[in-house]
Amino acid sequence: MSELTKLTIAEARGKLRKREITATELTEAYLAAIETANASLNAYVAVTEEKARAMAKASDERLAKGEAGVLEGIPLGIKDLFATEDIHTQACSHILDGFRPRYESTVTANLWADGAVMLGKLNMDEFAMGSSNETSFYGPVINPWRAKGSNKDLVPGGSSGGSATAVASWLCAGATATDTGGSIRQPAAFTGTVGIKPTYGRCSRWGIVAFASSLDQAGPITRDVRDAAIMLKSMASVDAKDTTSVDRPVPDYEAAIGQSIKGMKIGIPKEYRVEGMPEEIEKLWQQGITWMRDAGAEIVDISLPHTKYALPAYYIVAPAEASSNLARYDGVRYGLRVPGRDITDMYEKTRAAGFGREVKRRVMIGTYVLSAGYYDAYYLRAQKVRTLIKKDFEDVFDAGIDTILTPATPSAAFGIADQDMAADPVKMYLNDVFTVTVNMAGLPGIAVPAGLDGKGLPLGLQLIGRPFDEETLFRTAYVIEQAAGRFEPEKWW
Amino acid sequence: MSVDIDTVKRVARLARIAIDDEDAGRMMGELNAILGFVEQLNEVNIDGVEPMTSVTPMVMKKRADEVTDGNKAADIVANAPASEENFFLVPKVVE
Repeated sequence: MSELTKLTIAEARGKLRKREITATELTEAYLAAIETANASLNAYVAVTEEKARAMAKASDERLAKGEAGVLEGIPLGIKDLFATEDIHTQACSHILDGFRPRYESTVTANLWADGAVMLGKLNMDEFAMGSSNETSFYGPVINPWRAKGSNKDLVPGGSSGGSATAVASWLCAGATATDTGGSIRQPAAFTGTVGIKPTYGRCSRWGIVAFASSLDQAGPITRDVRDAAIMLKSMASVDAKDTTSVDRPVPDYEAAIGQSIKGMKIGIPKEYRVEGMPEEIEKLWQQGITWMRDAGAEIVDISLPHTKYALPAYYIVAPAEASSNLARYDGVRYGLRVPGRDITDMYEKTRAAGFGREVKRRVMIGTYVLSAGYYDAYYLRAQKVRTLIKKDFEDVFDAGIDTILTPATPSAAFGIADQDMAADPVKMYLNDVFTVTVNMAGLPGIAVPAGLDGKGLPLGLQLIGRPFDEETLFRTAYVIEQAAGRFEPEKWW
Repeated sequence: MSVDIDTVKRVARLARIAIDDEDAGRMMGELNAILGFVEQLNEVNIDGVEPMTSVTPMVMKKRADEVTDGNKAADIVANAPASEENFFLVPKVVE
């Protein structure tokens, strides 16, 4: 691994502008790192060397002419959920075999317009359904972190596991990711990286393979808070092609970094102290509270009474939307087709062969809760509970709370093929217990590394903000980062 | 509420996913575990609560009713498993 791949986006940006390094050198360094590491880590499902080299060359030309964009020459990895024109886009599902879209997602188009370089497509849980990156058709992603003195492979979290691993192991300068129930923040916490899910409506969903449309949001995973601010500024936009894209200008998030949090009111929700939570998580949370207080913020105990109902409500709403969104995979328009004796048989065989177990499970749950006679008992009730979850947050923000501090996950990264989780889907779902509330309420949330557990594995804290107040999250997360320092895995791959 | 094996098969049919008896048995267990987990929503008092329809309070954006895109038949069928002269090919539907 060369030192070039260790640069943050902000550092690389400075060196590129000063012509100390070229975009081509930086891109070649990453391509070489991917070549060496990908067999061990399985972060990339497609590497786009030629395109990367061509984009880097064009960046160097623009840099020479003084026409550099804000991400000029920065090599990025793209989650396989984003449509990239004429390039592998399969949501890591067998059913999208061979799919190469004829269009580009708005988020990636924004990044390329700002001069970023695409290294390739990143592994993920199939259709973003999973919390360990083990449901991918392309096999699990391996976390670059290992427990002290152990060589056991750990999961990077999911569904943006490839994004998190690639950023943590220096296989890209930053990565796009998406978050429906915690898929940016949980893998960020498991890999010692920073991940932000912005407010629903901040990033366009156009050209992102849909999972649960009322919950899905794109955001970056990066090595530090400043990089997350730089990337989000570029990813976010107002887009006429997405009717849920919000008509508000995108602020300069980087400007919020370094601002004081003195006098800010930080809420500590008692409902996030869940049963069976490891002592170390509680300790980390207390440490975070101390850092906030030391920085001059006021700590306020708050209550979000419907917290425990967010996860069960999510497991009705998200599968219901998924069952509808995934109806389009029918063996007719794209991807896999398995022949049958008639059209229905063809549909059924194609979907049986093309979807993995977790996806089938969720499509089945969604179909059931939307079916005649059950709609009111399940779906309508869950949508009413969702209103109550959102109101909990509105009440505390109305009472003057600026941001809410919680743990990001209930544990550190766990082993590949964990027996308990394989036996009980609900155990796996509990990974998202602290993150899912944020999606249900459409709020922004950031996960920032805050320490290591006794085994030497990274743990993260989460900050939750008011709608469209990502700036407060960056400002506060930076205070945590300054206090906690940054965490890097020991290279074994 | 819990599902029996016939319900699992009926739902699989609605979802257009072929399953055999072994799959159905396994899925019944998994679906019942999830349905058991979501059961706790019945504890919540939802009297007079409006169901959420939009997480951000906003009026649906509208645009002028005019043609903005088109003439892309070749692009549209480009990824089809089977196509002919810009038509999708499917097994015979009408006897």
